[in-house]
Amino acid sequence: MDTVEGARIGRPAAPPARDNYLTHSAGFGSWAFTLDHKRIGVMYLVATLSSFLLGGLAALAVRTELLTPGRTIMDADTYNKMFTLHGAVMVFLFIIPGIPAALGNFVLPLMLGAKDVAFPRLNLMSFWLWILGACFAVGAVIAGGVDTGWTFYTPYSTTTNTNVIATIFGVFILGFSSIFTGLNFIVTIHKLRPVGMTWFKMPLLLWALYSTALIQVLATPVLGITLLLLIAERALGVGIFDPALGGDPVLYQHFFWFYSHPAVYIMILPAMGVISEVISIHARKHIFGYRFIGLSSVAIAAFGFLVWGHHMFVSGQSGMANVIFSALTFSVAIPSAIKVFNWLATLYKGNIQLNTAMCYGLMFLITFTIGGLTGLHLGSLATDVHLTDTYFVVAHFHYVMFGGAVVAFLAGLHHWWPKMTGRMFDERLGRVGAALVFVGFNTTFFTQFMLGSHGMPRRYYDYLPKFQIYHVISSIGSYVMAAGFFLTAYYLLHSLFRGRPAPMNPWGGNSLEWHTPSPPPHDNFAETPLAEDPYDYTHLVYDSATGGYLSKSYHEAEA
Amino acid sequence: MSQHTTTAAPPHEHPPHLRHHFETLTQQFDAGKLGIWLFLATEILLFGGLFCAYAIYRANHPEIFLYAHQFLDKTLGATNTVILLCSSLTMAWAVRASQLGQRKLLVALLAATLAGGGGFMCIKYVEYKAKFAHGLLPGTHFHPHEEGEEHAATAAAPPVAKPAPPVSGPALEVSRIPAAAAGPAGTVPNREPGESEGLGKRPSNAQIFFGIYFLMTGLHGIHVLVGMFAIGWILIRSARGDFGPGYFTPVDFVGLYWHLVDLIWIFLFPLLYLVK
Amino acid sequence: MTQHASDHGTSHGEGIHPAVGHVVPLPTLFAVLGALLALTVVTVGASYFNFGRFGVWIALAIAVVKASLVVLVFMHLKYDKPFNAIIFIVSLALVALFISIALTDTRQYEPNTIPGYAPSIKTNPS
Repeated sequence: MDTVEGARIGRPAAPPARDNYLTHSAGFGSWAFTLDHKRIGVMYLVATLSSFLLGGLAALAVRTELLTPGRTIMDADTYNKMFTLHGAVMVFLFIIPGIPAALGNFVLPLMLGAKDVAFPRLNLMSFWLWILGACFAVGAVIAGGVDTGWTFYTPYSTTTNTNVIATIFGVFILGFSSIFTGLNFIVTIHKLRPVGMTWFKMPLLLWALYSTALIQVLATPVLGITLLLLIAERALGVGIFDPALGGDPVLYQHFFWFYSHPAVYIMILPAMGVISEVISIHARKHIFGYRFIGLSSVAIAAFGFLVWGHHMFVSGQSGMANVIFSALTFSVAIPSAIKVFNWLATLYKGNIQLNTAMCYGLMFLITFTIGGLTGLHLGSLATDVHLTDTYFVVAHFHYVMFGGAVVAFLAGLHHWWPKMTGRMFDERLGRVGAALVFVGFNTTFFTQFMLGSHGMPRRYYDYLPKFQIYHVISSIGSYVMAAGFFLTAYYLLHSLFRGRPAPMNPWGGNSLEWHTPSPPPHDNFAETPLAEDPYDYTHLVYDSATGGYLSKSYHEAEA
Repeated sequence: MSQHTTTAAPPHEHPPHLRHHFETLTQQFDAGKLGIWLFLATEILLFGGLFCAYAIYRANHPEIFLYAHQFLDKTLGATNTVILLCSSLTMAWAVRASQLGQRKLLVALLAATLAGGGGFMCIKYVEYKAKFAHGLLPGTHFHPHEEGEEHAATAAAPPVAKPAPPVSGPALEVSRIPAAAAGPAGTVPNREPGESEGLGKRPSNAQIFFGIYFLMTGLHGIHVLVGMFAIGWILIRSARGDFGPGYFTPVDFVGLYWHLVDLIWIFLFPLLYLVK
Repeated sequence: MTQHASDHGTSHGEGIHPAVGHVVPLPTLFAVLGALLALTVVTVGASYFNFGRFGVWIALAIAVVKASLVVLVFMHLKYDKPFNAIIFIVSLALVALFISIALTDTRQYEPNTIPGYAPSIKTNPS
């Protein structure tokens, strides 16, 4: 069992003296060529958070421009490029890789009691591909940007004179990064489970990452071919999607959304997995409905492939397709709702610890539910005709992607921060940051539901004066949110230098990553641990000397 | 560092080629197989998109396919099919040879497979060259003519409408596509159909067939080239004696990739060349 | 499965077994090639006849048989763990799903979207 030398709660102390994965080797090469999944996870974390900063600054620019009708700080073409930048960076560089690559890479092998993922070199290649794709995408932005929106609809994307090919080639490479990560996770979960850990004894995060990985492997190649076809269309004038050349623009949307709808489940499934872990551990209660939650992850992955046409209700696709896709869209809401009910049941009569991670977890339940319910408005044909391409859609997807995936990412970041860095952060500042994010987020996006239902179209640079009050409120909310994020960045970075050293098990979890020191040694475990029920906390007791939880037998022996 | 093992391998023996995060050779082999099959699934889905484009255009515009496929040479296509099938045999045989430790045979078979790939690409080159010479190019470059003619009467370029409105700021890319500015539903009028060398009346939008043809065979050809590189690398390692009954997985996995390339061609050949 | 640690580069076929995996018998490989070549002849020959609407389905059916031979024998799927086959089938099923939905949808809207665009499909009165 691990004890921390010379540390007491509240007083910053020297970093742990023993060797861990961070101190195991030094130098740029030891990180750039590492095969250690933990280091790769950390590099992904830095990379994706940097992308979040870039995309977030673009968002602030967009919101600032929308403070007044007409020109505020930029012209219309720049505005188009700015929201395209925001969307493309956030979707492809941050949210899709986000939880699986940054948190999943770190935690997944630890939860399996394994030494690494199945293919460590492929894992490193995934990261390098991310970097390469990001270079193309960001390079395209610096060289003048793209103004098509992140969806690259034809025929505008085939005829506009902006850097479309450079951007989508970057996205193509990022797609392979995603595919290889998914491939790695599927094989790892199939083959590297420890003795005694059957499928229904795995932590639920692994069910979530497994379902995500299935989508990553099966859906992303279709994006790949879509982008290749788009490049061919622009470079060679092939004519599959552009009507001026004999093509069909709605076909492009079929191709694009066949990937991009499952992609949103790539974004949300890992988030739901994180929430399962966080809610159970911080409520000190066994997860309720384990099988339902686990199997609903797979169900969401499967159903997610059947509903892509609900992005195309007004595109010109046939009425028959509209009806089929609308009906299927209602079905895909069911497994998500099952999860929400199970999480609520887990909280009921639990012993809720309002740690920062739990604050974000509770926030998730509110914002994700709102986002999910408003998806039903958009899934019904009659209401969608009014709401499509308005701010209602913008608000809906921000509630699920931000209020869902990003909030869960923050929950997971705070939950595993002590394990990854060996440091505890300031909980008071953490809760303040969470409050700022919550207030700012709802201010920003709830007003956008109203904007949309009153008729304000999305991606519009100019608008009628009657909408201005909503836009101003929304923009103020975005500044509050930004303040919350900057505060979060501050106290997390501060903890790296002055944070209290973290105990092995600060929150009292029982999945295997809490059975190894914080930060873990290079080889993860001194001895391969035996798998237990990951949600059984009855034997864990809080020990104030270490600031963490210890197994009851050990604690009694010490007393 | 002790490990819990559950198979027959004694815990202290560390077979060569066993990576440290796996416990047994069987686990490692199964994991690798699962991984390569997942990768093949992604390739199937990648090409699946192209087959979808093919299906849609063939179903909705069969006149284009009936006309344009006549420009393809069935004999060359069939030869390519036979070459790839034989190279699949030599590849499968090569995997068997590596499993049995037959080093010289392994090297010879891999060389034969490589030669098969090379033969395939040579025939592809001949076919493409003929297409270029006749102006049977995708998209905006489509202007069918006899070899040697530069500007045939039927080589009317699509009427160029107003160029796309400029977007402010620096731009590296300029679109080659005429902005949709005229014609019904905002499109430029379809290319004028014309006669062509006794093959019947050319339907409008005939260039779409060649777009699909070049995309499908081009992407396939790129995969053949990548496969040839991989086989070449395996060939070098085989000559060095790297493979045998204890370790042959790279040969096995490259083989699976090569068979997939063959599989795709098995479908491409009848769909593109044998349309009638 | 027997475990032989290393290879000595001998060519005695009988005594040597790989540490893992299954070895396909040589006659099987040749038989499969023979069948594949024969089917190629059949498919080329069939293209000289006019089967009307069914031509493409006949060609596809022959291609499926050829592909099955390659997948099951050359690619070992017959001798492998079943999950690998499940992955293969699922990917094909997804492609089939995508093609079928896109095809039915485009057949419905394409004649109406751009006049004269899809002359072979009867235009709907709406």
